[in-house]
Amino acid sequence: MSDVITETLDDYIKTQVLEAWKGPKTVPEQEYFTSGHRTCQGCESALVMKLMAKAAGPRTIILGSTGCMYVANTTYLSTPWSVPWMHTQLGSSGSAATGTAAGLRALMRKGKMEKERINVIAFCGDGGGADMGLSAISAALQHTEYNLLILMYDNESYANTDIQVSGSSPYGANSTFSPPGKERRIMHRRWKKNTAPMLAAGHPECKYVATVCMSYAVEAMNAVRKALSIGGPTFIHSLDPCPKGWDYDPMFSHELGELAVETGIWPLYEIEEGKIKMYGKSKRIVNGQMKRKPVQDYLLRQGRFAHFIDEDIEYFQAKTDEMWEKWLIPGVLPFSAEA
Amino acid sequence: MNPPKTATAEQIVIGGSEELISGSEAIAHACRLADVDVITAYPIRPYDTVMQYVSQMISDGDFDCEFIVAESEHSQFEIVKHASAVGARVFVGSSGVGWFYAFEAMAVTAGLRMPMVAMVGNRALDDPGAFGVEHNDALAVRDLGWMLVWVETPQEALDTALIAYRVAEDKRIFLPCAVSCDGAFLTHSQAIVNVPDQATVDSFLPRYDRGDKLLHPDNPITIAPQANEDWVMEIRRQSDAAMRRARGVITEAYEDFGDKFGREQEPFIERYMMEDAEIALVGMGTLALPVKVAVRKMRAEGRKVGFVRVRWFRPFPTEELQDALSDVEAVGVIDRDYGFGSSFHSGVLANELRAALYPVENQPKIVSFIAGLGGREVNTDNVIVIAGMVADAASGGMNDQDTYWIGVRE
Ligand SMILES: Cc1ncc(C[n+]2csc(CCOP(=O)(O)OP(=O)(O)O)c2C)c(N)n1
Ligand code: SF4
Ligand SMILES: [Mg+2]
Repeated sequence: MSDVITETLDDYIKTQVLEAWKGPKTVPEQEYFTSGHRTCQGCESALVMKLMAKAAGPRTIILGSTGCMYVANTTYLSTPWSVPWMHTQLGSSGSAATGTAAGLRALMRKGKMEKERINVIAFCGDGGGADMGLSAISAALQHTEYNLLILMYDNESYANTDIQVSGSSPYGANSTFSPPGKERRIMHRRWKKNTAPMLAAGHPECKYVATVCMSYAVEAMNAVRKALSIGGPTFIHSLDPCPKGWDYDPMFSHELGELAVETGIWPLYEIEEGKIKMYGKSKRIVNGQMKRKPVQDYLLRQGRFAHFIDEDIEYFQAKTDEMWEKWLIPGVLPFSAEA
Repeated sequence: MNPPKTATAEQIVIGGSEELISGSEAIAHACRLADVDVITAYPIRPYDTVMQYVSQMISDGDFDCEFIVAESEHSQFEIVKHASAVGARVFVGSSGVGWFYAFEAMAVTAGLRMPMVAMVGNRALDDPGAFGVEHNDALAVRDLGWMLVWVETPQEALDTALIAYRVAEDKRIFLPCAVSCDGAFLTHSQAIVNVPDQATVDSFLPRYDRGDKLLHPDNPITIAPQANEDWVMEIRRQSDAAMRRARGVITEAYEDFGDKFGREQEPFIERYMMEDAEIALVGMGTLALPVKVAVRKMRAEGRKVGFVRVRWFRPFPTEELQDALSDVEAVGVIDRDYGFGSSFHSGVLANELRAALYPVENQPKIVSFIAGLGGREVNTDNVIVIAGMVADAASGGMNDQDTYWIGVRE
């Protein structure tokens, strides 16, 4: 047992180094999330799964929380995963990643398993992640000795159980738990959680937190590759248009993702070793090179906001303006500096 | 509550050392000797003393494992479940409401057939708050595919934890196993324990090998997909088969344990002064201490009383109990748990035993007692009163279709 003391931490903390892909043409064809799933047509979360696995490559273990990406993806005897995959409980993405990484580390350190850099990714939905799983994710992000990525695919509802509002659903959205009715137009009055910055701010040793959207697929895959290379626990939050829950024609998934970014509702940024870097159109918005589109261009394309009247749209616009005009770090971190 | 840095009495004996240690410390030694790879802790009395000992061993360099202080019991159990899937030997534990906080994780651990050993420091559930022992915490998982075993002494705790690893990780079984230790009476009470040497343990306990169930890039399987009505029943049936096989594997493990460590014991139950017994008392855990003293006293007065201590509750020792109890006139079951609204308002063990003895010819009368809840002491006088009531039931002078609370203010 004494050799344990002499080990260098370095031996076990190393990650795979996955270089960024320069553009779509440099992305390999090989898939690790293949046929066999039965998600809705136009499901952007399924695209997240596919490109996340592609970005990580074959030496990866993926853990998946309950939700659409479990239930609709892994029907017994028809798994789409060609990398090892295991279900974890709704609130357990943080624990699944921690346990897997800890198991591998212990076995490799004690010479019971060949030393190798194996990626560990746990994914969760917004319900499983930002609501139920928040404490376990928070704990996971403190364990700097484990290399792991938690990816939260945010379709802005508890989708799998038939579309119920979560803490990540946008203000006013129609869902089966927040249906507009004769007396009350707006049943869901909570403002969407600002999850990625909350986790970044709350876990100063976490080296990488990013937001992504699959309308910008190469950037999203490179975020995954960076998260897996940088070392320690990391977190990625993706916004995924969901035709069923958002109520639009599946052919517009990609476009809605773009609109979420262009209206400023979904800012894209990386927080890498304490430095915030806006990217893509969000960067242009911050730099004043691009004007945000009005939020109604996004909201009115979706049935979940069909009950909105002008007043609701104005409220939504005002709250979004606040993010960019009043926040300490525009689009990312609230609080305004005292005048 | 801080664990002592060094054992209070230490003396090298053949094949190990003798130490004065508590049940919790004994199980910490079992973890060290089993070379456990991942341990998760969360504080709750009284089980958490085991984690204090484990963490001290790690910080002293006597034991190497990943030791994770989780942010909740749910995570505690989920973390080790996933570590077990990649081939790590794991240890976990809890008490009372902490055990319940992990309930979802415990259900899936058993459903997934994920081997692990957990220590339960049996404790009353809130509310009202109480630190003391009750068995309802551990018993709550009794139908999920967890093996459950109760122990009486620190020595038995250590031995049983090693046996639990061997059985849980046996490919024929692959089920989690919980070792139940009565809060305070065992977790915090010391006795002289033979702590075995590493070589003997290694000869008894093979490495955990998941074979083709290992979650690893070289073996890219999908674990726990959505099975629905197409397959769930077949999968449940496999768990049932594993639990049935556990009987034989446990017996094998005790035999081999006896050979290697020189401590022979009957695997499922302990029979105490049962030869020629006319009435028998039945219970689990440290209740055995006052009961054994009382039985000796009553024997000295010529009363033919014996005691059967149930070690394994899952798999339930149906055959052994039928064998041990079919010749007595009446049985008194002392439950340190409750089953509100159950048949005869009895405790869990009493009703389980009624079911086991139902097919026996000349079935003995079975009287149910509830005692020692929330850590209340059960003393020898209580036991003698109980034995008297059981004798009355044997002669038809007492209703055996009810449950009697002992040592309670009415
Ligand atoms: C502990 C627990 N509570 C409730 C459920 C029921 N449930 C299954 S999937 C799901 C929705 C999860 O929502 P989210 O994490 O956002 O994933 P999505 O379905 O949207 O992909 C819920 C609530 C569950 N599986 N486990
Ligand atoms: S409901 Fe939404 S997230 Fe779920 S499979 Fe359909 S499109 Fe995807
Ligand atoms: Mg969701």
